[in-house]
Amino acid sequence: MNLTLKVWRQENAQDAGRFEEHQLSDVSADSSFLEMLDQLNERLESAGESPVVFDHDCREGICGACGLMINGQAHGHRARTTACQLHMREFSDGETITIEPWRSGSFPVMRDLMVDRSAFDRIIQSGGFISVNTGSAPEANLIPVPKEKSDAAFDAATCIGCGACVAQCPNGAAQLFTAAKVGHLGAVPQGDPEADQRVVNMVEQMQEEGFGSCTNHRECEAACPKGISISWIAGLNRGYLKAKLRGVDRRS
Amino acid sequence: MMSSSLDPSSQTSVVLDPAVPTGPIEKQWDEHRRQLRMVAPNNRRKFDVIVVGSGLAGASCAATLGEQGYNVKCFCFQDSPRRAHSIAAQGGINAAKNYQNDGDSAYRLFYDTIKGGDFRSRESNVWRLAEASVNIIDQAVAQGVPFAREYGGMLENRSFGGVQVSRTFYARGQTGQQLLLGAYQALARQIAAGTVEMFTRTEMLDVVVVNGRASGIVVRDLRTGVVSSHAGHAVVLATGGYSNVYYLSTNAMGCNVTAAWRAHRKGAYFANPCYTQIHPTCIPQSAEHQSKLTLMSESLRNDGRIWVPKDSRGRHPVDVPEAERDYYLERKYPSFGNLVPRDVASRNAKTVVDREQGVGPLKNGVYLDFADAIGRLGQDAIEARYGNLFEMYERITGENPYQSPMRIYPAPHYTMGGLWVDYNLMSNLEGLFVLGEANFSDHGANRLGASALMQGLADGYFIAPYTVANYLAGRLGETASTSDQAFVETERAVSDRSERYLSCSGSRTVDSFHRELGRIVWDECGMSRTAAGLEQAIGRIRSLHQEYHSDVKVVGSADAINQSLERAGRVEDFFELAELMCRDALDRNESAGGHFREEHQTEEGEAQRDDENYSYVSAWAWNNGEPATLHKEPLEFDVVRPSQRSYK
Amino acid sequence: MGARITSPSMESAPMNRAAALYRSAIFKKAIMAITGMVLFGFVLSHMTGNLKIFQGAEKINHYSEFLREFGQPVLPYKGFLWIMRLGLIGAAVLHIWSAIALTLDNRRARPKNYELRRPVQMDYASRTMRYSGFIVAGYIVYHLLHLTSGQAHPDFVHGDVYSNLIIAFQNPLVAAIYVVVNILLSFHLYHGLWSMFQSLGIDHPAVKGLRRPFAATFAVVICLGFIAIPISIVTGLIQ
Repeated sequence: MNLTLKVWRQENAQDAGRFEEHQLSDVSADSSFLEMLDQLNERLESAGESPVVFDHDCREGICGACGLMINGQAHGHRARTTACQLHMREFSDGETITIEPWRSGSFPVMRDLMVDRSAFDRIIQSGGFISVNTGSAPEANLIPVPKEKSDAAFDAATCIGCGACVAQCPNGAAQLFTAAKVGHLGAVPQGDPEADQRVVNMVEQMQEEGFGSCTNHRECEAACPKGISISWIAGLNRGYLKAKLRGVDRRS
Repeated sequence: MMSSSLDPSSQTSVVLDPAVPTGPIEKQWDEHRRQLRMVAPNNRRKFDVIVVGSGLAGASCAATLGEQGYNVKCFCFQDSPRRAHSIAAQGGINAAKNYQNDGDSAYRLFYDTIKGGDFRSRESNVWRLAEASVNIIDQAVAQGVPFAREYGGMLENRSFGGVQVSRTFYARGQTGQQLLLGAYQALARQIAAGTVEMFTRTEMLDVVVVNGRASGIVVRDLRTGVVSSHAGHAVVLATGGYSNVYYLSTNAMGCNVTAAWRAHRKGAYFANPCYTQIHPTCIPQSAEHQSKLTLMSESLRNDGRIWVPKDSRGRHPVDVPEAERDYYLERKYPSFGNLVPRDVASRNAKTVVDREQGVGPLKNGVYLDFADAIGRLGQDAIEARYGNLFEMYERITGENPYQSPMRIYPAPHYTMGGLWVDYNLMSNLEGLFVLGEANFSDHGANRLGASALMQGLADGYFIAPYTVANYLAGRLGETASTSDQAFVETERAVSDRSERYLSCSGSRTVDSFHRELGRIVWDECGMSRTAAGLEQAIGRIRSLHQEYHSDVKVVGSADAINQSLERAGRVEDFFELAELMCRDALDRNESAGGHFREEHQTEEGEAQRDDENYSYVSAWAWNNGEPATLHKEPLEFDVVRPSQRSYK
Repeated sequence: MGARITSPSMESAPMNRAAALYRSAIFKKAIMAITGMVLFGFVLSHMTGNLKIFQGAEKINHYSEFLREFGQPVLPYKGFLWIMRLGLIGAAVLHIWSAIALTLDNRRARPKNYELRRPVQMDYASRTMRYSGFIVAGYIVYHLLHLTSGQAHPDFVHGDVYSNLIIAFQNPLVAAIYVVVNILLSFHLYHGLWSMFQSLGIDHPAVKGLRRPFAATFAVVICLGFIAIPISIVTGLIQ
């Protein structure tokens, strides 16, 4: 395949950045999108130019490291697919592909297509866990967990923290990410004792990180490579409002 | 360095003592724990512990030490600890819970692991692992890990290769992800509590040794390029395996041997480097451009049947009549069938592909067929069990596995070898602890499925916290500081190394060298090895390494984000490791587990061990670039009598 | 959390709590949902009342007089009406305030826009909430001047709702404005009603599947109810 790539280049966080155009030929339809970028990078490096910087690691859709806005959609147009699992057979010969970094004030661009998603880690640190010290766990089968609940918890827990929800949301909201963790831990009995405190802490941390708010466009759900439902957002809203009505304030 | 055994110039082979407790095996760990020294809660904050790596082993260890009150600094090269490659483990985690009442026990898990490892692992460690396995499940469930459950609300199990009980706990095809998120969340809780300081996008580039002890590390901030030192009373490496030496493997692109290798160069022995696991169920390579191979969970072998056509006419699989199919695993191993251990399944796939019975456009695969299972259980049931894997297969290959069989082929996946550790998980370099895949201790020559998660978490949650404390107890009153000259020198060496790559101005990219190196190691030190091939490989690796010094091209600078520079150092370490792998494989004149020497096989083509001469752990000492020196830890089997593994 | 969680019984400063709520987007969305519900209730009853025009002048004029007298003698004349009006004004102000505050926050959340952005499943209604909201707000001012206080009406007679309406909508331009704005209102209601459930976290399996149909049904019903009047008048069905 022959492609025209319009790639965002930016030296560092301070640089204004610009698009750069590259022609790439002999791209195999069996390559993944990132392998196509590898090919571009090898060419750039051989010519002494600096390669395009992008985050990536497992290349099997689970680590959540890769995240590119491909032709105006987070991870590209194929549903439930990360950029590393998107294959070039999904594109047509001669196509122009625009590649941008995630754009969010809470995900500052570090270089080219690499952004800083540490805001997500801080949201988890604010309460996205069950407080159980190593060694203090009871026998695993002591508390039966209904299969439906356990399955539902998994549906939320499958989040890979890639940030596509924020990237695709017209408001740059992180509601789906936060809701998925609140939902996962709230769905199992083990997470129940801290549920109110957790949702208040996480929502208010999310707010502090400067993410936008949910206006129910459902773009996050469509962009999520794991297909996490916006139902979790309803649960997050309900949980937060209830906790606030019960007078729960943020604690660190 | 104080200890003479660490001085490369005067190296002679020594017999290593793993410091295994005496007494009956089932009492050893309890007894040992009773004797280990402890640090009182009010003293714990006086100790700085460095944990490198945030996968299952690293995150669980850092979180647990943090909970206990130590000052922990945790490092990962990824942008978040949650991205460590443990996240990609699909199938499950073993535990001897015996929830299925099918005869499981700690002994049974121990026995299966020892046998699966082809009698090349240390009995005491494996027993302890089997005991700890049950606590891991309890801990994970308490953290909210959504394991698969029965309708009654109880935990569900499935069976995995190499065993005859159902002891594998799983969370769809994403067990590693869920367990890692559990550990990551425990770690996040400690970061918030201030007991763990987390350094992301920070790569460890060397260990600092002061007075013969690991006293800290030198790291490079991958955002700014700043090289700095961190001192600790103890250093814990949980930095994973080295399958990426093959270039194409199921590992994440960033997985590397650098942390372990740098420690090796500072005196830590590297054990059994030739024991590498080639996983049988991966998607075959489709073309030259490929950057990695994707694993299809071994759990697929529960319902999928592996076969190749008896001829090589290249018909569509659906058109090959039943009588013209060779279900070679079922034929050769009637009692385990498609569930034989990984090394056996892989080698058999290689055999049929080498006989030109391979399938697919490049004739480099075998079929994994679900037609029978779909017929028996219905497509819905298969979808519920493996839906995400089928989807992944379709995404990568563009083929629908519900309609025609998957094509699979073995790929480098896990490395049983790693830094040598004693029973306390401490390497011969005092103060340096090594956990998870980065050490060598539990899986012998071959790891059974669903055992890697178990080992990483056992090490991190339940073993290292005791043994590290024991070590720290003896250091009370010492301060950890970076003031020693050794830190300055190590920092300088690290910076010089970056400069060397940047000023080389050669003509070939790092990746092109890596690919070439990987090809050599795959061909000569992959699924089967020969003395001649290994000798030749060592020469080729050495000359390619020379060429790397003079002809590598890395653009950009050291004081900014530079992903090629990051890779340049990692690939250089792979060169040295690759040579050691070949030397180790050459030394081991037997076949065992993942190490298959063509000269040493039974008449039926099975691996033939030589217990008389090779029942030892090979622990190699760095020799300043000269061929490494071999030290041996004899393996003693008090509980299990080594036998010819049979899965027939 | 862990050891650091204390019971939420609270020694906490109420000011901090208020500040947290004021910053909270979820809280603002809840305000928007609740005020939206109030406004929706009004719109629905207003539309129902208006339909009395099809029963003739006497009925609708009597209905408006009934509203003015409602609550007497406990309340003064028009007392009930003014309580309702103040409530509605309050709801509208809060609705608009939360919309503006959230919009400004959302702009700040993405300081640099994409060169190319392709929405996947956001629909016309959700995309245009801001515009339909603004237009409806402007229209309400016009509508009040037009048919409540009369300044924007060519021949306004207090109390004679029927003839005020007939005269107003005999002007095709005015009728067209009312029809167009009410169609926009229905889009606003369609997304708003569904959003209301989502923002308040009402997604119990028993109601979840009904949220979209509910929003669609009422959006259509209200729209048809409202536009029936100008259309009937401008086409001469009602004279």
